[in-house]
Amino acid sequence: MAALAPALIESRSGPDQRLPRALHPLAWWLWALGMAVAASRTTNPLLLGAILGVVSWVVVARRSDNPWAKAFRLYVIAGAVIIALRVFFRLVFGGGDGGHVLVPLPEVALPGAVAGIHLLGDVTAEALLGGLYDGLRLATMLICLGAANALANPRRLLRSMPPALHEVSTAVVVAMSVFPQLAESVVRVTRARRLRPSIPGESRLAAVLAVVIPVLEDSLDRSVLLAASMDSRGYGRRAGRSSRASRAAGLLLVCGLAGICVGANGVLDATTPRVLAAPMLAAGVCVGVAGLALSGRAVSRSAYRPDRWRVAELVTAGAGIAAAVLLFVSSGVDASDLNPSLTPLSWPQLPLLPLAGILIGLVPVVAAPQAASLEGASR
Amino acid sequence: MISFRDFSFWYPDAHEPTVRSATLDIDEGEFALLVGRTGSGKSTVLRAVNGLVPHFTGGHVEGEVTTAGRNPRTSPPREFADAVGVVGQDPLAGFVTDTVEEELAYGMEQLAMAPQVMRRRVEEVLDLMGIAPLRNRALRTLSGGEQQRVALGSVLTTSPRLLVLDEPTSALDPAAAEEALAAILRLVHDLGVTVLAAEHRLERVVEYADALVVVSDATVRKGRPQEMLRHGALAPPVVQLGRLAGWHPLPLSVRDARRVAGPLRDRLSGVQALNAHSAGALPSVTRPSSARLSGLLLPPTSRATDGRADGLVVSSLTVRYGDTVALRSVDMVAEPGEVLAVMGRNGSGKSTLLWAVQGAGRRSAGSVRVAGSDTAGLTRTAAARLVALVPQQAGDLLYHDSVDAECAAADRAAAAATGATRDILERLFEGPALSGTTHPRDLSDGQRLGLALAVQLVSQPRVLLLDEPTRGLDYGAKSHLCSVLTDLAAAGCVVVVATHDVEFVAQSADQVLVLADGQVVSWAPTSEALAGSPIFAPQVAKVLAPQPWLTVDQVAHALSGDGVPHA
Repeated sequence: MAALAPALIESRSGPDQRLPRALHPLAWWLWALGMAVAASRTTNPLLLGAILGVVSWVVVARRSDNPWAKAFRLYVIAGAVIIALRVFFRLVFGGGDGGHVLVPLPEVALPGAVAGIHLLGDVTAEALLGGLYDGLRLATMLICLGAANALANPRRLLRSMPPALHEVSTAVVVAMSVFPQLAESVVRVTRARRLRPSIPGESRLAAVLAVVIPVLEDSLDRSVLLAASMDSRGYGRRAGRSSRASRAAGLLLVCGLAGICVGANGVLDATTPRVLAAPMLAAGVCVGVAGLALSGRAVSRSAYRPDRWRVAELVTAGAGIAAAVLLFVSSGVDASDLNPSLTPLSWPQLPLLPLAGILIGLVPVVAAPQAASLEGASR
Repeated sequence: MISFRDFSFWYPDAHEPTVRSATLDIDEGEFALLVGRTGSGKSTVLRAVNGLVPHFTGGHVEGEVTTAGRNPRTSPPREFADAVGVVGQDPLAGFVTDTVEEELAYGMEQLAMAPQVMRRRVEEVLDLMGIAPLRNRALRTLSGGEQQRVALGSVLTTSPRLLVLDEPTSALDPAAAEEALAAILRLVHDLGVTVLAAEHRLERVVEYADALVVVSDATVRKGRPQEMLRHGALAPPVVQLGRLAGWHPLPLSVRDARRVAGPLRDRLSGVQALNAHSAGALPSVTRPSSARLSGLLLPPTSRATDGRADGLVVSSLTVRYGDTVALRSVDMVAEPGEVLAVMGRNGSGKSTLLWAVQGAGRRSAGSVRVAGSDTAGLTRTAAARLVALVPQQAGDLLYHDSVDAECAAADRAAAAATGATRDILERLFEGPALSGTTHPRDLSDGQRLGLALAVQLVSQPRVLLLDEPTRGLDYGAKSHLCSVLTDLAAAGCVVVVATHDVEFVAQSADQVLVLADGQVVSWAPTSEALAGSPIFAPQVAKVLAPQPWLTVDQVAHALSGDGVPHA
């Protein structure tokens, strides 16, 4: 009952949700993936533009002042580069299909060995638009992922991994801590390198090694220190758990994986007996999940201030999923609305149902709480 | 709390044990200080307490260790997490998470404590360590003292009964060291935590310790600080002064010494203090004067007729990074034969100054003249030959896999005769101190500094700049470095040292330049700069104030009778 009390208090408190806090990182990821899936369903520039608008609005309204939140700009820039590249390649290699010529250009004659590939040629409206639509779709999906990165704290995301994956997520955390230190020591060693007179006739390789070797040694030293520190502080403690339980979990995981392999093979290969197909796959998945659960129980650790799923999280994740579902549903109604035709060229329409689906993605602007600001994080 | 019974330890492939049949008891609530020269096995003893030795190092163990009733040989370090808190020398290297609050909680998460308990403990430790305002800060943005306090806090949350600290204040500037030390003392006095700490800078901590554990030649002895410090090379200046004056009991703090120093002050009142430099060069019986380094450097060029120095002349040197002004119009002059110390708190621009003077760092305005000509137009190699800089981490200069390879590369780079660097190295260490096949990473801090120094000296620079050279050096290595620097200066080199170490400055420097916020605050002869200052005064000056004595050597010389000035 005592354990339930905090949950009861939290579920009751309406205004509490409005206080600035960090939303569960998984909720942001579900929302962003939903938007990305929605973007993957269409090449209609109007709809893609709407998705970009929605995603940007949410990011601007709900991101924190943490360093990773600033990465959103980089994703937008990367998106623009993708579109430019896509259009560029379409114009260089995509000629020769005919269509509405915008700029007449001569085509470069290629030898017969590579027949079928056109180099340059007339710039047509079809090629230009095809590249633009395709690039825009890809860029939008990338920017959706960028939004998730900007909104969700990557470390907290790792913390909400299932306990069985604890070791993997710790390795990622350590890598994330060591990486900035690596960058620092590169700067330091490169600077120190300038303090020694250069050796006449020294090869370029030796000069590179002169930086790489101290940096690698430095990071190796740091990793050992970090490992010693983690061990001294109890990382990977068993605290009374038997090694038999962990061996059983390992066995289950291996059996589960083997089952999944055999099952998948059976499903794909029609000549195998049907018993080894779907039933085997299902059994493999079950055993694997049991193994994960068991090895998760063997890890005796607790979480400080764990992220909880509350109403705001559910609404945010739901908004993203709803947008994706609506775009799936509406593609059955009229596919040409989602993918405007290029032959013949036609002006893209703005279909209402998919637009409504995309606009659902705006819900987090209202439903998600303001991000808690971290003093000193921007220093 | 901790007991060692006939403990011996051999590192893998070592023929000699690092620690030989050590028998030692640390009682509940004791603050024991582990001292010894670099490489004497201090760290091995510390790391054996919770089993990092041998679980992390390998090697061969004999004898028994018992920590909090458990045997570190059979259970790995992680099983001691609830009883022993370990803080390393570089707190940043031990941080696992990236914000203060998460770091404090990390240990408790591993022990699977209940979330409510964790919340409470984190708040308590934030207050105990005085780091509550930092709770959401990223660990990398903290100052050295703050990082050390967070590191202490992060092991305290699991409420260990024993703290094992490896050089908790060595890497810190004086203010940060005070912060960290105050935090440790509070734990010792208010919470009764047992503390075993290794420390080089005895002058900071020895007065608070209940017991001194001296590690030398692989053996371990424990005793009360007064008794243990009666003999031996490892003694802070105040203890050396006490030995010289024959005070009994031996004072460990400036306060104790000052109370018994009345007669000594009376005896010294008639004698005038010599300046630090000449006093440092005085005990010529112990040192073959500057002969060992003479001929190693180019002779100073003939002095300009207008009387201006031909050493290092820096005028209105300014360095700015964007909007930040790191150095604001700094002027400084150092003549050949002079040792100039640059002091100031962390971030005051000491390193920036050295790097800008060398030419490898940024210089926004101003001029740097060495031997009469500006260094601005020089190529990297020419600048490196004229002005040598040994950076804070001397190891950054070294990138070959053995001492011999390093020396050979330095010979070629300086276009010097084969074996020149090796020759300097042996003169620096007064004998073949380093085995040629050793990897530079495996050298002690002092040896690595010596190698970096030799590598830089082989091109016969006019100016030698050293950034924090005393980090990690014990008293012996420090006084050796001091004599090397004064000898280099005597051989005609301009030596500039950026350092926090007041005692080192008192022994070695002729002039002291104090920087604050990128500006020169004062520039004066050492005695003037140090004697009157509450922060920069060395221990001897504090004991003998208002008389202007700075070092034990000066006092010894004056007392020996022939210290009457020649003037």
